Amino acid sequence: MTGAAVEDVRASIDAVWRIESARVVSALARLHGDLGLAEETAQEALVAALEQWPRDGIPRNPAAWLMTTGRRRAIDRIRREVNLREKVAVLASDLDDHDDPYDEADTRLDDQIGDDMLRLVFTACHPVLSPEARIALTLKTVAGLSTAEIARAFLSSESTIAQRIVRAKRALSDGRIGFAAPTAEEMPERLPTVLSVIYLIFNEGYSASSGDDWFRPELCRDALRLGRMLCNLLPNESDVFALTALMEFQASRLAARTTRDGRPILLLDQNRALWDRLSITRGLRSLQRVRELGGSRTSYALQAAIAAQHARAATAEDTDWVAIASLYEVLAEVAPSPIVELNRAVALGMAYGPQAGLDLVDQLRDVPALQRYHLLPSVRGDLLARLGRNAEAAEEFRLAAELAGNDQERELSISRARSLEG
Amino acid sequence: MRVLACMMGNEESEAGALPSQDLVDAMGRFNEELVKDGVLLAADGLTPTSAGAKVKWTGSGPTIVDGPFTEAKEVVAGFWIVEVSSLAEAEERFKRCPCGDGAEIQLRPIQEPEEFAAALAEQSRSRAE
Repeated sequence: MTGAAVEDVRASIDAVWRIESARVVSALARLHGDLGLAEETAQEALVAALEQWPRDGIPRNPAAWLMTTGRRRAIDRIRREVNLREKVAVLASDLDDHDDPYDEADTRLDDQIGDDMLRLVFTACHPVLSPEARIALTLKTVAGLSTAEIARAFLSSESTIAQRIVRAKRALSDGRIGFAAPTAEEMPERLPTVLSVIYLIFNEGYSASSGDDWFRPELCRDALRLGRMLCNLLPNESDVFALTALMEFQASRLAARTTRDGRPILLLDQNRALWDRLSITRGLRSLQRVRELGGSRTSYALQAAIAAQHARAATAEDTDWVAIASLYEVLAEVAPSPIVELNRAVALGMAYGPQAGLDLVDQLRDVPALQRYHLLPSVRGDLLARLGRNAEAAEEFRLAAELAGNDQERELSISRARSLEG
Repeated sequence: MRVLACMMGNEESEAGALPSQDLVDAMGRFNEELVKDGVLLAADGLTPTSAGAKVKWTGSGPTIVDGPFTEAKEVVAGFWIVEVSSLAEAEERFKRCPCGDGAEIQLRPIQEPEEFAAALAEQSRSRAE
């Protein structure tokens, strides 16, 4: 095979892996009862594919090939453990049912795929794991990213991510966390963990916490893919739809939120023609499902409803700030936080004039959590500027620039300070 | 990345013939997989070009030309928009589409706004130099 042809096969293997890995890993995890072992045997199947497919060609049903190879590796491993002889007999007879397992889709597994995927998601996001471990394991096993891709997305080294995944798998086996989905009673406690993992992935992409890049859209898309997948797995959990709606609305503005050279553009200054209407439509549909399920009073649902108000307004001037201010008021009751209060101050300032916003912001100045938060002086500066108190406003923007977490936000604050001083 | 997948038309689709129930069912299962994996953003079938029109620009400005359009093989009969990790992933997924002999699906990556922006920035940088 020529070099270019081998490259093509490699690209196809990567693609098949992206599509199939979650199904393969979760089916193997059900056999092993252990996500760590399943992930390892699935990797062995991938390595086997990387060796054989460039030489022998891509099998007609690559998914079934990976699944069967993974199961064979699983059986090999279990065989090595003498006290599990009985289990081997069951698994082996299972395999023998196929005349040509390498060429046939395992239809019996199909019925359980949905259940297996749920188990996979909830095990990868298990509460015994640290948030970083949950993120790495979810991207690896559910989203099918390679360790190198995860490292790139988080500006980390491959060995750091690999170690994080090893430690995560060890924590699962040390904690004797089997491969199970939560019961209906456990769901209210476990689901928020899964949703927060997805939202953390999205936010890491949407507002990169470090580095020069202000956002990494590929991570946003991975998170959205996970959200949409989960909507399918849990069609009656309103908060899954609420989070997915929120991410759709935020992602709809990806193209509009920076200038050509990467400087941030504030929501109200964005060119709304660049907003992705398809994303907005999907967000509104998701939000509709939230209402049908009666879940409108949660943090995600309220944030999504606020984002929907912006998405619906054809121009910044059309924004219904009174509606947004009242949504923030409910959000402040449901999920009280200084950040929510700060956003409520912005909405009040827009709905009822800058003084109304400033009155609330001034109450927040002594809140410890906001002491080093650049958006507090930034918001205060904006309200002061609208009241014509330019010198005070410029001072606030100078402070915001000092506290900003990345270069672009710093530059934005400095330029606002300069224009007020000028 | 997002990819627009275009199912190209043929004489039957241009004649407005409805696909068989079996094909509709198989296509439904194919689409369901895309939904389950969270990759399907939009999909729709199109009416024959006889029901459509063209807006064409010539020296004198825009004019309207009613359908049908000539070459059946060159018209789009339906489309999907999917969000995938690579063109290779789109290829792997659409290889599984239940199509008969002679069918053709064109895969066209959508110009992502951030890449477009980066390309424009690059252009203005090299112009400045």
